[in-house]
Amino acid sequence: MRLERHLAVLRANLRLSFLLAMQYRWEFLLDGAMSLLWTAAAIVPLYLVFEERPRIAGWTYGEALLVMGWFTLLDGLLKGAINPSLVTVIEQIRTGTLDFVLLKPADAQFLVSTARFKPWRLLALGASIAIFVYAFSLLGTGPTWGGVAQALAMLAAGIVVLYSVWILVISVAFRAVRIDNLRYLFEAVFEAGRWPSTVFKGVLSFVFTFVIPLALMTTYPAEALLGTLPWERFAAAWAGALVFAAVARGVWLRSIGSYTSASS
Amino acid sequence: MRTLRTLPALFKVGFVSALAYRAEFLVWMLTSTLPLIMLPLWHAVAEQAPLAGFSQGRFTAYFFTGFIVRQLVGNWASWTINYEVRSGALSQRLLRPIHPIWFYATESLASIPLRSAFAFPAAVIALLVTDTSNLAHDARLWAMVPVAIFGAWAIGFFAHVAIGALSLWMHQSIKVVEIWSAGFFVFSGYLVPIAVFPRWLQSSPHWMPFEYMHGFPIDLITGALSVEQATRSLGAQWCWVGILGLVTVALWDRGLRRYGAFGG
Repeated sequence: MRLERHLAVLRANLRLSFLLAMQYRWEFLLDGAMSLLWTAAAIVPLYLVFEERPRIAGWTYGEALLVMGWFTLLDGLLKGAINPSLVTVIEQIRTGTLDFVLLKPADAQFLVSTARFKPWRLLALGASIAIFVYAFSLLGTGPTWGGVAQALAMLAAGIVVLYSVWILVISVAFRAVRIDNLRYLFEAVFEAGRWPSTVFKGVLSFVFTFVIPLALMTTYPAEALLGTLPWERFAAAWAGALVFAAVARGVWLRSIGSYTSASS
Repeated sequence: MRTLRTLPALFKVGFVSALAYRAEFLVWMLTSTLPLIMLPLWHAVAEQAPLAGFSQGRFTAYFFTGFIVRQLVGNWASWTINYEVRSGALSQRLLRPIHPIWFYATESLASIPLRSAFAFPAAVIALLVTDTSNLAHDARLWAMVPVAIFGAWAIGFFAHVAIGALSLWMHQSIKVVEIWSAGFFVFSGYLVPIAVFPRWLQSSPHWMPFEYMHGFPIDLITGALSVEQATRSLGAQWCWVGILGLVTVALWDRGLRRYGAFGG
């Protein structure tokens, strides 16, 4: 019953977002073209680097492209499905209209996280598949079914973490209203996910594995596709993702509990 | 003449407003950490042997200098203008007896003291981790540095104002900014030093404005240029400043004739 209602809400929100997107068809075309351009621009440095060296930090060009493929996919998800909603909620906190959302008879976290989608950004999915095909044609092999399954499961964990980080960002916005550009900061840090995590040494390596687990989001799925991700690391990553999600949910509940609205 | 008299006041306003939003300001600055994220990749590349004359130390010097240069010359005028055209706030600026470009210029320039204060720690770290062999040694080169940095700022500023002026025709020109930024990312030396570009691509950046906004000041500071080369590049840079300046003023004056104020 509850689940059904939430699904109906999700359907309605998706429909609304699609209708809004259809209204701005030019923006759609430009968005699509831009995201292709960005993907290409992102591959250029990688290409140039591997022109000079066959192997960097233990990765060949084809293997590093797999990481880039997952990055492209997650980046599209971030900007198409997660980001728009969160921009909306931060705006609602600032203007006080979040009250109307909180009054609705559904879970508030669910409502704010499905408020808005940018369907065109999901074109990144196509771009990432193109990258995978290109990468595997360079490697001269294909992924195994087991590898694909493991990679998709790893990707799901990555999405859980990504989403949790975002929930934490909103929770900060409840307290410090003028911090709406935090999302740009996260987007900037997220950029580091385009390189295999072995590139980072020392402190950065620790940060990108445990604090902001970018390794889990892009490098592990790539390793899974290659069949080199050990199952114990897979399990540990999933456990970490669940802890992350639980913490985010807890912080969210606390923040929303102490929220006193901007309008009053 | 009247414009000149108001400039100090405009600077003061810009400086105070930057100071008022210092937390937000700091987050904005941290979003341009991409050069520092690129650094570990290049370190991994140069681990065994220097690449195109770039050792690890030289890469460090390059990207730290890049970070600092970016902090000093960054611009966002097109966003402001887009917003003001759409919200109608531009009308108020037009009522004042000074060309609106002056407002945008002073707003951007007045934030430089604060930006320098934030960028200073990066400069100290850079000096600690690299040795001075990666810096220019000729006093004539150092004399050119302020001029080159100001030129870099001016190119970015005029481009932003010109793109902002397009919003007088196009309703919104944020997408054009994105295209400009994509060009910047690839051809300015922001992610990949131009010296590392493959041979067939190496000369084309010299014919675009992007290198003069970023790569050129860095090369100047890190001592990659001879006095003669530097003088030539400085000349080219200021040619771009002139061209873009003329285009910008022309676009504004034509666009304003079409502008029919929204709201009030």
